[in-house]
Amino acid sequence: MNPVNYLYLAGLLFTIGATGVLIRRNAIVVFMCVELMLNACNLAFVTFSRLHGNLDGQVFAFFTMVVAAAEVVVGLAIIVSLFRTRHSASVDDASLMKL
Amino acid sequence: MEKLIALLIAAPLLGAAVLLVGGRRLDRVGHWIGTLLSTASFVFGLLLFADLLGRNAEHRTLTQHLWSWIPVEGFQADVTLRLDQLSMTFVLLITGVGSLIHLYSVGYMEHDERRRRFFGYLNLFLAAMLLLVLADNYLLLYVGWEGVGLASYLLIGFWQHKPSAATAAKKAFLVNRVGDMGLSIAIMLMFTTFGSFAFGPVFGHVGDASQGKLTAIGLMLLLAACGKSAQVPLQSWLGDAMEGPTPVSALIHAATMVTAGVYLIVRSAAVFNAAPDAQLAVTVVGAVTLLFGAIVGCAKDDIKKALAGSTMSQIGYMVLAAGLGPIGYVFAIMHLVTHGFFKAGLFLGAGSVMHGMNDEVDMRKYGGLRKYMPVTFVTFGLGYLAIIGFPGLSGFFSKDKIIEAAFAKGGTEGWILGGAALLGAAITAFYMTRVMLMTFFGEERWKNRPTRSPGAPSAEPAAEHRGEHAEPHPHESPKVMTIPMIVLAVGSVLGGGFFSIGDRFLHWLEPVTGHSEGHSPVSAGEVTAATMVCLVIGVAIAWAQYGRKPVPAVAPRGSLLTRAARRDLLQDDFNHVVLVRGGEHLTRSLVYLDHSLVDGVVNGTAAGFGGLSGRLRRFQNGFARSYAVSMFGGAALLVAATLLMRAV
Amino acid sequence: MSFPLLTATAALPAVGAVATAAVPAARRTAAKWLALLVSLGTLALAITVLVRFDPGGARYQLTESHSWISDFGVRYELGVDGIGVALIALTAVLIPFIVLAGWHDADPLETGSRRWRPTQGFFALILAVEAMVLISFEATDVFLFYIFFEAMLIPMYFLIGGFGDRAHAQGEQAASTQRSYAAVKFLLYNLVGGLIMLAAVIGLYVVAGNFSLQQIAEARANGSLHMATSTERWLFLGFFFAFAVKAPLWPLHTWLPNAMQESTAPVAVLITAVVDKVGTFAMLRFCLGLFPGASRWATPVILVLALISIVYGALLAVGQRDIKRLVAYASISHFGFIIMGIFAMTSQGQSGATLYMVNHGISTAALMLVAGFLISRRGSRLIADYGGVQKVAPVLAGTFLIGGLATLSLPGLAPFVSEFLVLVGTFTRYPVIGIIATFGIVLAALYTLVLYQRTMTGPVKPEVSAMPDLKVRELLVVGPLIVLLIFLGVYPKPVTNIVNPAVRHTMSDVQKKDPKPEVEAAK
Repeated sequence: MNPVNYLYLAGLLFTIGATGVLIRRNAIVVFMCVELMLNACNLAFVTFSRLHGNLDGQVFAFFTMVVAAAEVVVGLAIIVSLFRTRHSASVDDASLMKL
Repeated sequence: MEKLIALLIAAPLLGAAVLLVGGRRLDRVGHWIGTLLSTASFVFGLLLFADLLGRNAEHRTLTQHLWSWIPVEGFQADVTLRLDQLSMTFVLLITGVGSLIHLYSVGYMEHDERRRRFFGYLNLFLAAMLLLVLADNYLLLYVGWEGVGLASYLLIGFWQHKPSAATAAKKAFLVNRVGDMGLSIAIMLMFTTFGSFAFGPVFGHVGDASQGKLTAIGLMLLLAACGKSAQVPLQSWLGDAMEGPTPVSALIHAATMVTAGVYLIVRSAAVFNAAPDAQLAVTVVGAVTLLFGAIVGCAKDDIKKALAGSTMSQIGYMVLAAGLGPIGYVFAIMHLVTHGFFKAGLFLGAGSVMHGMNDEVDMRKYGGLRKYMPVTFVTFGLGYLAIIGFPGLSGFFSKDKIIEAAFAKGGTEGWILGGAALLGAAITAFYMTRVMLMTFFGEERWKNRPTRSPGAPSAEPAAEHRGEHAEPHPHESPKVMTIPMIVLAVGSVLGGGFFSIGDRFLHWLEPVTGHSEGHSPVSAGEVTAATMVCLVIGVAIAWAQYGRKPVPAVAPRGSLLTRAARRDLLQDDFNHVVLVRGGEHLTRSLVYLDHSLVDGVVNGTAAGFGGLSGRLRRFQNGFARSYAVSMFGGAALLVAATLLMRAV
Repeated sequence: MSFPLLTATAALPAVGAVATAAVPAARRTAAKWLALLVSLGTLALAITVLVRFDPGGARYQLTESHSWISDFGVRYELGVDGIGVALIALTAVLIPFIVLAGWHDADPLETGSRRWRPTQGFFALILAVEAMVLISFEATDVFLFYIFFEAMLIPMYFLIGGFGDRAHAQGEQAASTQRSYAAVKFLLYNLVGGLIMLAAVIGLYVVAGNFSLQQIAEARANGSLHMATSTERWLFLGFFFAFAVKAPLWPLHTWLPNAMQESTAPVAVLITAVVDKVGTFAMLRFCLGLFPGASRWATPVILVLALISIVYGALLAVGQRDIKRLVAYASISHFGFIIMGIFAMTSQGQSGATLYMVNHGISTAALMLVAGFLISRRGSRLIADYGGVQKVAPVLAGTFLIGGLATLSLPGLAPFVSEFLVLVGTFTRYPVIGIIATFGIVLAALYTLVLYQRTMTGPVKPEVSAMPDLKVRELLVVGPLIVLLIFLGVYPKPVTNIVNPAVRHTMSDVQKKDPKPEVEAAK
């Protein structure tokens, strides 16, 4: 199968993730959409690695996964504490950081 | 001998410094220190005078270079003193009359708790006035010029707790400043024209300068003289200046300071001789003022203000004479000296009257005082005879010469100026007789009435110390006051004759001022006769009005002219409406403009930036999604830009 | 290498500022004495500079030069000419009096007030300002000058914003609001000026390749550095704008009344007598020295602005109700004279302007400090709240009068000499402007005497009837200043001797010669 198709898939996944981040209010969903975007990038990295015949892309994919894991830890903690104080997981409720 | 010149100034200056800095410790001896140092200056003056007399007429100019004052590239001002016949005359007048008035003040100011300071100011005045007449360049003269202005300011406002005195002092200084502006412009003009403002270089190069520049310098000097000598149109301060203690009026506002303008013009003879237009302006100012002052003097009921009007008028004579050029300079100075005697004497007499009358100044509340104050009456009377030009007394010689010189100007001008001077003589006789009659003759209008209602502001606060508001008890003043009056009276009787016999004064001053005889269309005898006729007419009218009829204790309404003259011929009203009111509006609107326009632009700019940032702040709405959109948008833009760059 | 005297002169107050700030709050009197001693020490160093300076010698003397930021050609270059020496002396003379006059101005407020007043901070800031002003007068490197020209704003900001008059009519809250308004206004005005100047400084570097005043001026003079006319003019405007804000010149003046009104009297003196002088000094040294052509080009406009400053400042002074604002507007008028003297481009004008800077410093200090003593007694700045003070406190009134007379340039006092030189210098080249400026002397008499009359004469107001006369400390402040005023009025030669050669150099910088008197020109 033509590896370029994977790129199309990655693009599609990224778009879905980006749209989700922009339009969903639930913090968990937004968070999952961010993960989706990250994974779309990973897919693209791996595909390029395959296309160019070197391992750089795969190495980057690992880095991304590590960062994503760290982000999940911090992000989920923030969401949980936000939920505790506000009894809501809506991102629009947390609009305090404006001037 | 030159070394002594600086001492003339140093002595009173030392007195001023000691008395003003010395503090209360000197309260008990301060007046004697002041008098002593003033007399010391007079003694130095006499020594120098003797020295000058011992020299040839051509070698009577002494100079003393003290130090280089303002040395700047192309600009040289030195502290150099110059004593010649002209300044010598002034030195003797200033220190002589000055010392007498110091002595008089010892008595007059006896009850004033700030007497020490009064003498300090008087000494300061003497020092400044001496500097004025001894300076060898115009800039140094300017220092003395403003110095006497300062002393005058301090002394007019000596009783500062009276708002009227403080206002009068301020007014005097301000009006003088306008004149000073003229002097400083004159000096600047001299600098651009001659590259110097020392007497020698300026007078030496008058011939090389253009007519326009010389006329401008002359007019500016005239402006200065108008300010200091209370000539129209800057005369308005002199009447108010009578708020000062009477010795001050005698010394500064009659005998010496106000004549500084005449000195300036005579000193600058070389410039004026070469600028006929400026000379004409000087004569016009003199003629107008001599009538103006005389008319004002006729209407005043305040004895000091009547005398002030007279001073203005007499200085008008001097200015007129000085404007006539070489035919008049000597007579201007001669009249100045004799006037110094008799006017100082008259003021001291007025002070003595006030001293005995609870400081009442309104002549309508005097009357019949000759019995109670014989010495004052006699000395005042001699001064009176001198000023109206009674034959044989000082004023007769000096004024007569001026009237002659005015006619000698020739042409229509000569007739007009001479006519004005004659008319002035008649009016002088009128108002001085009026003063004399209202004060010393007639019924005793001060009897059976308090001099003023209790609580009304007292004219001179010394009265409060004497604690009377009841009927006054006129009495003769102490010796310390009468002796100076007697000396001055002797001067007013003999001075003119002494100067005129053998043309002594003329020969003395001629080397400095130059002299030429005019070609008078009328003979000297005719002028004298005309003057006498005017004198008699003036006296007769006054007698008819104030001698035969009783003087009303409350001033009648009077004619339009009288009412205008009481208000200084409306000059103050004009000043008030145009300058004071106008100035107030101007400053008030400028304050408003500064706040709303100049500052408004600045604050507006600041507010504009504030508003702009308020708008921009709206974009920070706190929604994570909108930040994400802008991030995506930015990323998309970057990608698009990169692609675009590639494609190109 | 010889002892770096100029560095030491500026470094001593800088070190003193740090040391004063470090004194613990409990020992505030020690901080005051330390500040006074440091300022006196600086005075001693300044006098050494004065003595070591040889008026007949090279243009810049006591020079020091070290590489600083070599990548940009920035050097640590110091040197003084006669004008600089005169102003260094002025600064060093005034600071001890300012410290002494402000002895109690930063004491903690009465109990019940929540405002915190760090006494040591007040004196440390004054010394810091002194250090920066001194180095601005000494710097011959444009960049070095710029840094301290700007840095001065920081301590000044805190001095204005942090320490106001104790008394205020509308209560403490309003006072604090107005004070911060004044401080921010001061800062913003000067920052804007400074930023524009920064652009010009960078522009100068691009054109010339270095920042050294002497090198650039020399290169311009011998033609090795060519500057396009328009470039020169833009750079000149950039510099001039900053200095005109600082000086201040109409219409950039409105920060001064606010700043002087809200700060304590010693700080007001610091602003107008010391800090503002950097602006006029810099016009003389940098604008004329670096851009002679552009200076000549801009002269007519600047002279007109200066003339407006003179008349406008004086008229506004007449209309003020607040003593300190009145003095501020009077200062604006006087700065007009200084700027007029500088740009009249005659020897008399420039010597006069330099003398004027010195004399105005002393006379304003005398007047303002006495006014400060007066205000601290009654607790009001409004003229209408006074009356008859002369009767109650004659010495105070007398010194106030002398200060006022100096402000109106009475002959015999120092300001007369400088004002007359400026007028003559202007008149020889621009008669009409000279004559109009002469009106300023009448207006000066008006506002001074009106102020004196309303506050000092007339019946004694009940509120001032118990007013004490000047104390010893206050006499120690005013007395020497008055002596200086009289001395320099009678014998200004020591100053003119130092200034004359420097002015000769400046005149040759701008390639102008004094107009010849008519009599000589005719021959």
